[in-house]
Amino acid sequence: MRAVVTVIGKDAVGILAKVSTACAEYNANVIEVTQSVIEDIFAMIMLVDISQLSIDFADMADALTAKGENEWGLKVLVMHEDIFNCMHHI
Amino acid sequence: MINQYDILETIRMIQDECLDIRTITMGISLLDCIDPDIDKACKKVYDKITLKAKDLVKTGEQIEKELGIPIINKRISVTPIAMISAACGCSPVPFAKAMDEAAKAVGVNLIGGYTALVQKGFSDGDLELINSIPEALATTERVCSSVNIGSTKAGINLDACKVMGRIVRECAEKTVDNDCFGAAKLVVFCNSVEDNPFMAGAYHGVGEPDCMINVGVSGPGVVRAALKKYPDADITKISDVIKTISYKITRIGQLVGQRASERLGVPFGIVDLSLAPTPAVGDSVAHILEEMGLERCGTHGTTACLALLNDAVKKGGVMACSRIGGLSGAFIPVSEDAGMIDAAEAGTLCLDKLEAMTAVCSVGLDMICVPGDTTAETIAAIIADEAAIGMVNTKTTAVRVIPAIGKKVGESLDWGGLFGKGPVMPLHTESSAKFINRGGQIPAPLHSLKN
Repeated sequence: MRAVVTVIGKDAVGILAKVSTACAEYNANVIEVTQSVIEDIFAMIMLVDISQLSIDFADMADALTAKGENEWGLKVLVMHEDIFNCMHHI
Repeated sequence: MINQYDILETIRMIQDECLDIRTITMGISLLDCIDPDIDKACKKVYDKITLKAKDLVKTGEQIEKELGIPIINKRISVTPIAMISAACGCSPVPFAKAMDEAAKAVGVNLIGGYTALVQKGFSDGDLELINSIPEALATTERVCSSVNIGSTKAGINLDACKVMGRIVRECAEKTVDNDCFGAAKLVVFCNSVEDNPFMAGAYHGVGEPDCMINVGVSGPGVVRAALKKYPDADITKISDVIKTISYKITRIGQLVGQRASERLGVPFGIVDLSLAPTPAVGDSVAHILEEMGLERCGTHGTTACLALLNDAVKKGGVMACSRIGGLSGAFIPVSEDAGMIDAAEAGTLCLDKLEAMTAVCSVGLDMICVPGDTTAETIAAIIADEAAIGMVNTKTTAVRVIPAIGKKVGESLDWGGLFGKGPVMPLHTESSAKFINRGGQIPAPLHSLKN
């Protein structure tokens, strides 16, 4: 089971580190990362393995989104990969 | 890895274009709750609903978080109460109260099924239920009611049209302090369907299993955004674009339905392929029609654009899920659609045009405010007209009009939230009373010699 973590916000030092540390706290294994900075806007898509999570997936999604909003000043979305697979693959 | 472009497209649809799952509706059979003692029957109804649906809202919220897509409503539909209450031989209002309490206990915002099916005539239980609808809707918060008064196979019960004209008015009169909201929770159908997940017309048909999950998808904003990218394409291309986007929207409905079904241990019924608007900016069916090239919804060409939209949505959605059902098509509720409200206020969209539009789209005359002095016979005649369109075209049609008691054209009713606000629309003032008072049954139509 995998999930897609998307992070959007103003570029700053250590965003990737913060998000991946948070993922590690819940035992989510980062598999792949794509990131770019366009005119000061940081955008990252991260694929993480969630099969060995230490907490419920919905709770992790909530926690990362809340951290993004309250601590990091970033928009963080955590979505199960199934939604993308079902929508874009027959 | 999943294509980056695909990920961003999905996120944009949800974040910017109001894509959502409109409803997960659990259908629950109450046939095993029948009891001649109304108190016992009501207790059985309450117990069964609260048992079956105890995890519905929690499961819905969990799926919402995992997939990152809003699931706006979690709802319940039950067996038409007229069938359950008939054994009691008294007013079925206590059933409405039991449903309302059960809905509150499990946390769903609406519960449908205070329903009677009278397309070919009334039983005593049907009449008792119909006559109790105004009180039931005025004294409960979350109960929705529907009455089926016609079908392609049975014809139209004109006596029932007459009764419902009066009942619609009484529902509005009894809730005049609440902007006549009672009438917004009552739908009069022709060819009603047994697995519709959308309120206010949802009920759980007798041919359905004991309990099942049906899903209603939405997404007018996504369709409009997709069309915006093709300002100069010909109409065939427009149809193809709608099909593609409708496929994508519906896939999510299928996924959500499957997950809900697995987790609740309840069979998955159908996905209702509907474009259901909300009053929110960017979530309007009227704006899709305007994107196709109409200056304002309601002008000449509206029916043709809507026919194409409705058909393309179905074609795209059919392949995306295993079973389709419910009402499946584009909804045109006036008060729930920002573009329709504007068009009605501007006078471009009138009742006659809406009636024509219902011949090619999902349901019918929906969430339309009519002047407070509209007679019961006129409402009955509106119901008969709409039922005739459904009967002849073998499709579901419905009437949900709200008489704005004490108000006239130019004023409006405002409920806020998903129900929105509706300008009072003008009607013809000439009487239809003699026709309605004839009573009887309009015979079922012939299905050959089609011209």
